[in-house]
Amino acid sequence: MSVRRVMGTEVEYGISVRGQPAANPMLASTQVVNAYANAAQQARRARWDFEEESPLRDARGFEMARDVADSSQLTDEDLGLANVILTNGARLYVDHAHPEYSTPECTNPRDVVVWDKAGEAVMRRAAELASQLPKAAPLLLYKNNVDNKGASYGAHENYLMNRSTAFGEIVEHLTPFFVTRQVVCGAGRVGLHQDGSKHGFQISQRADYFEVEVGLETTLKRPIINTRDEPHADPNKYRRLHVIIGDANLSEISTFLKIGTTALVIAMIEARVLPGDLALERPVQELRSVSHDPALKHLVRLKDGRRMSAVQVQMAYLEQARTFVERHDGEPDDQASEVLRRWESVLGRLESEPLLCRDELDWVAKLALLESYRDRDGLGWEHPKLQLVDLQYADVREDKGLFHRLVRRGAMQRLVTDAEVTRAMTTPPSDTRAYFRGRCLAQFPEQVAAASWDSVIFDLPGQESLQRIPTLEPLRGTQDHVGALLDECDTADQLFAALTRR
Amino acid sequence: MARDGGQQHKSPRKQSESDESHEAEGSDAVAERKERLDDDVDAILDEIDEVLEENAEEFVRGFVQKGGQ
Repeated sequence: MSVRRVMGTEVEYGISVRGQPAANPMLASTQVVNAYANAAQQARRARWDFEEESPLRDARGFEMARDVADSSQLTDEDLGLANVILTNGARLYVDHAHPEYSTPECTNPRDVVVWDKAGEAVMRRAAELASQLPKAAPLLLYKNNVDNKGASYGAHENYLMNRSTAFGEIVEHLTPFFVTRQVVCGAGRVGLHQDGSKHGFQISQRADYFEVEVGLETTLKRPIINTRDEPHADPNKYRRLHVIIGDANLSEISTFLKIGTTALVIAMIEARVLPGDLALERPVQELRSVSHDPALKHLVRLKDGRRMSAVQVQMAYLEQARTFVERHDGEPDDQASEVLRRWESVLGRLESEPLLCRDELDWVAKLALLESYRDRDGLGWEHPKLQLVDLQYADVREDKGLFHRLVRRGAMQRLVTDAEVTRAMTTPPSDTRAYFRGRCLAQFPEQVAAASWDSVIFDLPGQESLQRIPTLEPLRGTQDHVGALLDECDTADQLFAALTRR
Repeated sequence: MARDGGQQHKSPRKQSESDESHEAEGSDAVAERKERLDDDVDAILDEIDEVLEENAEEFVRGFVQKGGQ
């Protein structure tokens, strides 16, 4: 319980071709994905299986007509863009005009950090490989969310929830949490307004791009609570909460807290223990006001008339979570304790001396760096050098990315090791169906024709049609379930026979 | 820290210790924070100067993305 559930991240990376601002980003993204797939995968490349995708299904219980949907909402049509599954169970593909990496399904915040960082490493390697192709110009990738000219691209999270939880309760309790959690997991941004036309620093990359409280869209009129309802699992048992409001984080601690605190709040919503006294008067406006106030002095107005700072709202959720974990976790959960400890620690410092979080949280680290530049060189917020520091903080290259330089200097704390991250580039988590997917791909690359979150499709010798193994239960297909079976099978035929005999 | 923050409201916090810490949030505190930045800030900036892309203005202008999700 508490912080354990099936969850993951889906990050779109910014992409540019050095010296060619007009380069086609779809083509460049395709080159990145293909370069990695060609190098990593053996002969045959399993394609993504779209059968179970339903991006127009709404959690409120209706389906949008396909002909009224914006073309950018149709993610399930195979446009011929690169789209592959990796042996770690992740999906690497081109979404709109960005390369995207979706982590395999993980069961705890720390694993999400490991496989999210593995995605960063995959992107780094992919860009290197694509840049080595004959006549290729260097491809640069950024783990950020804005170009400061009006465009934004997402870093989504997903959390599997009980279907029985009413969507209205999710909206009620998550909205004040999402409006204020940026003080912990914002990535920081130089520039205000969508096009960066006003000069200054704000806490969140994404805040200025959210325009409504609840909705289905992800590319326009972005909502604080997204209603896309694609469980990629048994829809009678589960919903999959699709969270689009987060920033892409480089800091491992920011990601750990983003996932861990959100998982805790979701667990409390499912358990119906939250009092619901934190509803905000104007959530969309408050989202921006909080983001635009790195001094953390802004007070949001609650529906009951109270005014609280974003940190205080987060502290109210923390108090609820602490009580919840103490009451409900008979078995102490190390990660729940770790989330609570770190959450309390950063909130305490944000309240008194935010700069003390500069070796843990992305936005504080970035702001500290920027303020140092401003002091030393006397730069105003309009100076392009400050925008460059913002951008290059997110450069995925270890020699050029400023986040990575801070890590190397010991100026940024870490949670996981390089060895864990490297291993996670090719190895799936052991405790979800990603294990089955990843191992099938690693062991039988010639026979896996396609795969998706909820299926693995085999092309078996001597069989005319493709054979589909559904994987609708995210917590089956784990190492415990199928590890020994996979060890015993020399061929995909044997595996398929063994699985369908049961 | 930020000079362009939103409204500078006083916090109606209940605990007295938080009130005290909040009292100190004047311009003196901002200056004090800066002083407390690491001594090796100059070294960090020097290192970053070495790796920053050349011609910041042109580089930043050239970073144009299509919107995503």
